[in-house]
Amino acid sequence: MKIIIDQDKCVASGQCVMAADDVFDQRDEDGVVVLLNDDPSPGRLADVRQASLVCPALAITVEA
Amino acid sequence: MTTIPEYDIARSARCPLDPAPAMRARQEEGPLTRVRLWDGGTAWLVTGHAEHRAVLGHPEVSVEPARGLPRLSPAEAAGMDSMAKEGSSGLGFIMMDDPEHARLRRMVTSAFTVKRVEAMRPATQEIADELIDRLLAGPKPADLVEAFALPLPSLVISNLLGVPYDDHEFFQANSRTIINRNSAPAERGQAQRRLAEYLDGLIGEKLAKPGDDLLSGLVERVKAGELSRQEAARMGVLMLFAGHETTANMITLGTLALLRDPAQLALLRESDDPKLIASAVEELLRYLTITHGGLRRVALADIEIAGQVIRAGEGIITVNETANRDPSVFPDPDRLDLRRNPRLHVTFGYGVHQCLGQPLARMELQVAYPALLRRIPTLALATELEQIPFKHDGFVYGAYELPVTW
Repeated sequence: MKIIIDQDKCVASGQCVMAADDVFDQRDEDGVVVLLNDDPSPGRLADVRQASLVCPALAITVEA
Repeated sequence: MTTIPEYDIARSARCPLDPAPAMRARQEEGPLTRVRLWDGGTAWLVTGHAEHRAVLGHPEVSVEPARGLPRLSPAEAAGMDSMAKEGSSGLGFIMMDDPEHARLRRMVTSAFTVKRVEAMRPATQEIADELIDRLLAGPKPADLVEAFALPLPSLVISNLLGVPYDDHEFFQANSRTIINRNSAPAERGQAQRRLAEYLDGLIGEKLAKPGDDLLSGLVERVKAGELSRQEAARMGVLMLFAGHETTANMITLGTLALLRDPAQLALLRESDDPKLIASAVEELLRYLTITHGGLRRVALADIEIAGQVIRAGEGIITVNETANRDPSVFPDPDRLDLRRNPRLHVTFGYGVHQCLGQPLARMELQVAYPALLRRIPTLALATELEQIPFKHDGFVYGAYELPVTW
């Protein structure tokens, strides 16, 4: 699984963290998305896809 | 000649928790139709879920009044004209496009990260418990809005911003005026000015004596020259009113919806599974859609949505409540089903303007409903549905009061 994040697009909604908090986090200073794990196990695909779908700024792309 | 139907957001008295019948009729005609506005002009009405997200996520769609946003009432049009004359952006970054919007929004996003909000959960629980203690010790029936639904988020946002809660009657009354679609322009302008002056005064105090709160953080930006004092005051106004009016209405209407559906109520009361509680909150957000009547945008270029070209300069209204009842995304959409976890609901909007405070709102609701239902197991409505005064005129739907007993 390949996850690409775009920090410039991110609006710090935090929804990716709610969907998969072992994969995504937020920077303390402005809430912008941080990738914790760029190659999570295939079992996490559904949650990571969910994170990408709920992102209001289209800042997360998943290639599986 | 076909007649273009009127934009009409009035919900029905018999089904006050469902989208307006006129909105549903437009949705049946298609995801994208035209409506006539009060001033004779027209706008695109977006009722489908996919189309709603396509518009709000589109880079060629603007939220700035000066570029030609649809105007939804005479009062609001007058307000926009006077804002344009003063060169003011009114409510701050929610009515600005990027990059200015992003610059200002990023100055406050740190306060609303999932981690920061989680850290506020125990204090929020304490506030909820104290309010319920007081409610139980008082006379019944009681008004749930005044006793619980409004003070809970007001206390939380006051603490977060560093606004003295003792001033709550002042800021609640002015917020109500701003949020009412039909407030006279002069009245609304006055309410906005009063809140702006109040926040400016607080900023002055924090310049002299900073604390550990969000406004003090903005004051640091003012000192560093990154933000004007006026911009800081405007952001304070926005967060203060957006932070309590919305959540208060969700607590009120969510409680009402649960009291009318004993099976769903029992499900939530008897579970201590955080996943079910989180899912229940999402479903109540979807089902009730208190962001009422639509979000306004204007196309900056010709854009194609659902096979339809929207021309540059045309106004667009995206309707959250019909998007949230779109059967292609939410099967059996009119049924309240706390287990469905409808994470794609658009109650907080979509795109770069999506609600900044959503993690906070979710946490507050995850605390509020279980606290109420468990500590007051006999909670019941103390009036008939027909007697409840709903906020038909607001940009945020809700009820002015909700008499309950136990």
